[in-house]
Amino acid sequence: MKTAIKLQKIYQWLDERVDLKKFQDLAAHKTVPQHKHTIWYYLGGMTLFLFVVQVVTGILLLLYYRPSAEQAFESVQFIMTEVTFGWLVRSIHSWSANLMIFTLFLHMFSVFFMKAYRKPRELTWVSGVFLFFLALGFGFSGYLLPWNQLAYSATKVGTEIAGAVPLVGDFILKFLRGGTEVSGATLTRFYGFHVAVLPMIATAVLLLHLFLVQKQGMSRPLELKSANPAPADIPFFPNFFLRDVLGWTLALGVLVALASIFPWELGEKADPLAPAPAGIKPEWYFLFMFQTLKFLPAKILFFEGEILGILFFTVLFGILIFVPFLDKKANLGISSRPLLVVGWCIVAFIILMTLWGVLL
Amino acid sequence: MEEKAPKTISRRGFINYLVSAGGVALWGAIIYPMLRYLIPPEVPEATASSVVAGNLDELPPNSGKIFRFGDKAGILIRTPTGEFKAFSATCTHLSCTVQYRSDASHIWCACHNGHYDLNGKNISGPPPRPLEEYSVFVKGNEIVVSKKLV
Amino acid sequence: MKLKKMNFFVGLGLIIFLTLYLNLKSVWSKDTCIECHLLLDEKNVAIVENFKKDIHFLRGISCNGCHGGDASLGMDDPFASMDSQKGFVGTPDHFKIPAFCGKCHSDIEYMRKFNPKLRVDQHQLYKTSMHGKLLAGGDKNVATCISCHGSHGILPISDPNSPVFDLNVPKTCAKCHADASHMKNYKIPTDQFEKYSQSVHGMILLKNRDRSAPACNDCHGNHGAIPPGLGDIASACGECHSSNRELFNESPHKQIFKEAGLPECVTCHDHHLVAKTSDEMLGVGEKSVCMQCHTEPESEPYKVAFQIKANLDSLKNSIRQAQLLIEKAEKAGIDVGKAKFELNLAKDDVIKIQSLIHSVSLAKVTEVTQEGISKATFVKQSGQRALMDLKMRRIGLGGSAVIILILAFGLYLKIREVDARSKRVK
Repeated sequence: MKTAIKLQKIYQWLDERVDLKKFQDLAAHKTVPQHKHTIWYYLGGMTLFLFVVQVVTGILLLLYYRPSAEQAFESVQFIMTEVTFGWLVRSIHSWSANLMIFTLFLHMFSVFFMKAYRKPRELTWVSGVFLFFLALGFGFSGYLLPWNQLAYSATKVGTEIAGAVPLVGDFILKFLRGGTEVSGATLTRFYGFHVAVLPMIATAVLLLHLFLVQKQGMSRPLELKSANPAPADIPFFPNFFLRDVLGWTLALGVLVALASIFPWELGEKADPLAPAPAGIKPEWYFLFMFQTLKFLPAKILFFEGEILGILFFTVLFGILIFVPFLDKKANLGISSRPLLVVGWCIVAFIILMTLWGVLL
Repeated sequence: MEEKAPKTISRRGFINYLVSAGGVALWGAIIYPMLRYLIPPEVPEATASSVVAGNLDELPPNSGKIFRFGDKAGILIRTPTGEFKAFSATCTHLSCTVQYRSDASHIWCACHNGHYDLNGKNISGPPPRPLEEYSVFVKGNEIVVSKKLV
Repeated sequence: MKLKKMNFFVGLGLIIFLTLYLNLKSVWSKDTCIECHLLLDEKNVAIVENFKKDIHFLRGISCNGCHGGDASLGMDDPFASMDSQKGFVGTPDHFKIPAFCGKCHSDIEYMRKFNPKLRVDQHQLYKTSMHGKLLAGGDKNVATCISCHGSHGILPISDPNSPVFDLNVPKTCAKCHADASHMKNYKIPTDQFEKYSQSVHGMILLKNRDRSAPACNDCHGNHGAIPPGLGDIASACGECHSSNRELFNESPHKQIFKEAGLPECVTCHDHHLVAKTSDEMLGVGEKSVCMQCHTEPESEPYKVAFQIKANLDSLKNSIRQAQLLIEKAEKAGIDVGKAKFELNLAKDDVIKIQSLIHSVSLAKVTEVTQEGISKATFVKQSGQRALMDLKMRRIGLGGSAVIILILAFGLYLKIREVDARSKRVK
């Protein structure tokens, strides 16, 4: 009881200065729709939680990590073997990165299929897609940082593909690599992206995204709008929030278990002169694109297959940004069948290509 | 609330207690490793690609010593002219650990009488290849040995 | 008679004219021997073609440099080229071959013009060798210079195609020494090459093509080839295995072997079939070489043999245990670099002991064993600490899992409670 009174006092003190009442009202009135698809609502928060885990473990890591070609690998090895709980921090960071991108995919597709992007939530969608791109950027830049043979080769291949984009490809390649080859300059640059540039941009976009969600509340799936009687919403505080916290607690448990039982490998130090390891492939979240590029024939009509592939994905990602503006029907409350079909095809394509890349 | 008054309070109290205790315990389980992590280990730096092999004053000219390089042995020598050199101490014949012979100013392998000159080149006996050479540089009073960059 | 005289002068004139005329042709064809012999049967053609890569030819010495005669006379009168007046000796008699080659190869003034480094005592050495002695006694069967070096396509010994290049020496010697019918009149075995091929030296030299292993000439000598005397074998082996030689020479075995007429080194290691050593050769077991003599269990040597093996075994055991521990730790992701380094030093001690046994000194072996065991023990302790580390991680995981599950359960109950209170929640 004493703690409760103390907390009350602190709350009052702050409220007199900052008008916390406003936030309290918002919090008290925030609700979450209840229906058979409510479960998907957890994914945004889960992604956010995992992002927070990344930030915390990332900050811890950068206290010991050294972003130079001569020392990066050794510093990660040092973290894994000498620093107390270093192995845990690093493995959680690597596992959580993968889990976060996974939940991000689920979150994005569930929002898509529930058409939560329709008016007035177009900006939320657009900012979300940018967060998706930023997450991929985090994944790509972070992967190189241990400077092991796998990462080096993967970065070489990845930046090579980026360099194949017509017109601006050369510039992009040099910009990414900090030169013409993957070298220590690339590592330092990727480090800068990973710990400063991307976090800065991501924080800004994330704040916008979260602000919009709070302002506009949770969207309802189209089919349920006409449900009779409309089921009550559950209050965000404390009901939904406690559920969120439960999910996060379990997610933390899964992370710790994965980090302990399947510690993230270190591999061998990158040797620029060694040939790329056989069967080199990127992390799973890039695999579907990589596999598609591999699958395309060298020449289609008079275009180079690879360039067509890159253009295809560029266009796809471009369309992704503009989905709310392309799906006019959703604003009228009608579910567009063709769009649904396209959506499912894309999901199936991604899953199939990823599986193909993993198994072969 | 249909539960009986005393039972409700104690049940609610119990749940609150469980959540608070669990929460505190979890936070403890997070903060404790974090704090331990933040305290640097005894050897504060990563050293696997370079090691301090010795001090300036411990090696007179025409002498050598064995030092650890990762999980392998290395040999640090000071030539009769005072120059520092370092090589892998694993003999290229059958992997015995070599040693410095000041009487001959050679690196010598006791197992089968293999001799290497002060450039690590195999000059007599069974060894088929020279010893791998390492880079040496002096930092203050310390002699730092690292793998030769390509 | 006047006609004969006239024919002679015409013939001579023609020869002179042709010689002058042929001189205008290329060098190769200036060499009459070669030009003519190329026109003969297959055997001759083969010889000439072979000679093209001969080191003598490449240094400007043609057929007549060895066989005598005149190579510049042209093809007209073959017998003029092969005139004994011009020093022609033809194919030297088998017994004369060493002297034939030695004519130049023992002449320092001549040889230094071509290669100042070359030795000039081959003929002298040959005369002291078994081959040389038998040849002098009239034996046609034995090797002379050309048996090993070839006759017309002689390559420098540094050329990998030369029959006396290190890697080819065993096969060259075996050409005679492994031929039972060739060797039937001599009282020596013919299995040396077979045995050598299976020996550790043979495997390294022949299979791995590693020139650091000895070939026949490294132990037997080159031109002065003779098997080493029983008391000299340690010197031959000791050229490479110097520490073992010293240890053996200081051991009681040196004197005892001499008195007993036992060959050094060979008694335990054989000479041609020098097998890869194994620790089974020590101790008192079946394969132990000590048991060739020291079979009496109460005798001092027997006890020493037993103890030495026991020492070695205990050290190897210690190392093996330590190895297992650090392998386990490494698999689990724990850095074991320092431990591996220490363990390598302990493994060095095993090699040291395997050499020390030649001294048959229990004291020396025990000393090194103790050192090795303490190193291995240190590593074992590191390994155990590493595995303890691993265990702690599992315990930590277990503890965290318990806390998380408790919290999760508590949250679940709280959710139920909060839902019930708000009533709106289904």
